[in-house]
Amino acid sequence: MTIDVATVRKVARLAHIRQEEDRLAPLAAELSGILQWIEQLNEVDTDGVEPMASAVALALPMREDVVTEGGDAAMILANAPASRGGFFVVPKVVE
Amino acid sequence: MSAAAGLTGLTLAGALAGLRARQFSAEEITRAHIAAIEAARPLNAFVLETPDKALEMARGSDARIAAGEAGPLEGAPIGIKDLFCTRGVRSTAASRILGEFIPPYESTVTANLWRDGAVMLGKLNMDEFAMGSSNETSAFGPVINPWRSAGSNRALTPGGSSGGSAAAVAADLVLAATATDTGGSIRQPAAFTGTVGIKPTYGRCSRWGVVAFASSLDQAGPIARTVEDAAILLKSMSGHDRKDSTSLPIEVPDFPAFVGRSPKGLRIGVPKEYRAPGMPAEIETLWAQGIAWLKDAGCEVVEVSLPHTRYALPAYYIIAPAEASSNLARYDGMRYGLRVAAPGLNGVYEETRAAGFGAEVQRRILIGAYVLSAGYYDAYYLKAQKVRRRIADDFATAFEGVDALLTPTAPSAAFGLGDNTADPVAMYLNDIFTVTVNLAGLPAISVPGGLDAGGLPLGLQLIGRALDEGTLFTLAGALEQAAAFRARPARWW
Repeated sequence: MTIDVATVRKVARLAHIRQEEDRLAPLAAELSGILQWIEQLNEVDTDGVEPMASAVALALPMREDVVTEGGDAAMILANAPASRGGFFVVPKVVE
Repeated sequence: MSAAAGLTGLTLAGALAGLRARQFSAEEITRAHIAAIEAARPLNAFVLETPDKALEMARGSDARIAAGEAGPLEGAPIGIKDLFCTRGVRSTAASRILGEFIPPYESTVTANLWRDGAVMLGKLNMDEFAMGSSNETSAFGPVINPWRSAGSNRALTPGGSSGGSAAAVAADLVLAATATDTGGSIRQPAAFTGTVGIKPTYGRCSRWGVVAFASSLDQAGPIARTVEDAAILLKSMSGHDRKDSTSLPIEVPDFPAFVGRSPKGLRIGVPKEYRAPGMPAEIETLWAQGIAWLKDAGCEVVEVSLPHTRYALPAYYIIAPAEASSNLARYDGMRYGLRVAAPGLNGVYEETRAAGFGAEVQRRILIGAYVLSAGYYDAYYLKAQKVRRRIADDFATAFEGVDALLTPTAPSAAFGLGDNTADPVAMYLNDIFTVTVNLAGLPAISVPGGLDAGGLPLGLQLIGRALDEGTLFTLAGALEQAAAFRARPARWW
């Protein structure tokens, strides 16, 4: 599979990373090279193989559905690029 | 040369013995390391030195030693890879996007180390978000390997992503260091710097407070100067943590007790698929030497087959970028880290992430977003997860007949900075021998085995059954004793 410039533009938008127009063609070539190398996986017979999502065969642990911590607004906001009155300040979300 | 200089060349075990016997104080050994770090800035191993905090912690240790309340690591000055969040101390993952992020919390692994009395000297350089094999993707610039090839001044990589950890241990700037390993990031730098590094079984060390790269693969572990030191540090780092749902709810074995035991009677597998085409003769020779050493120690060595080995790296380069693209979606410039002003909300996201992530991280996020996108999920991600199962099954079959596997750690010795940056796939091939165990979740350790013709260190890797780090420490101890690796980098910095 080769990736064209239009696909790179689309994926970059999905990933929320702006790419300069003149970077799209080189990126398409780099990503195509990686994907072509990856495609050797098609040689492996995986019929009937259960996909492996985790290296740990553990059921997810459960706990009581209770509040365990909170009331730390000042701590949580300490690294915010902008905050006011105990809230994050963000760009306008709804026009 | 002051007496203090001798304090930086000790092993962790030796330093702890000296501290307990009051031969020197925690403050003295900490000051000696602070001085060594200041003198070693050309190595670029640290992204943040914390001498004041180190001295404060050391004085606390001296008080506890005096009161007879010393912990297992009391007074030992160590370094922390900058992927671990440390409360009140800037933690960046070597990325511009985290900027001056100061965590209001402590990672579980580092909290365990401070509980046991360790002293933090600072935060260590690494590849950005642990994505790299040469430390060249760091926003702080590459770490320089303290080792140089004979007769050359050329700057070599210490490997990656835990290059700062490995370089600092090799250059005697820290007694030992924390590191992390997603595809080889502990073991390959250990091999490139003549140090010992172990990636434990997935779930042994809590991932809580460790900046996430690929969550199903990421695992913390130590880099140290001896097998015993690695065992001591891993024991403190490990343990169940309710804050990580994949943390294993089991007891931590007394890892140091496994070092020095006889490996007699253990069966060692040599996987024939690891004989990679184009492997340097020196690596072949070292591998054969390792086999001979284990035979001499009373082990039985047999050939085994791991037929899907060559598919591990391509599967990894789907799974790891897919998980990374999901994990790194959190860096949106809203709650912490860098925010770049731009028109509209999407504009802020896109400009912030373009400015904050380096080229390799962007490449991996894009690959991840692509393989997870509509229409490609089954062809790439699901396929890779099935191949991952095949690779894990290969190991399960091999371990029916053997107790551990012996392989080289990396396909070459340390290479020059800039040598592998033009072609991403060429760089990825560095992890060809290490990445398989991350996919399977198994423990593996790298031990220095010898030097190449240029006098650069080469590593041997032992792979164990899940939760069987103890056998790895026994075998690694036997290799360490047989190899009698005493070479040290000649100081040029």
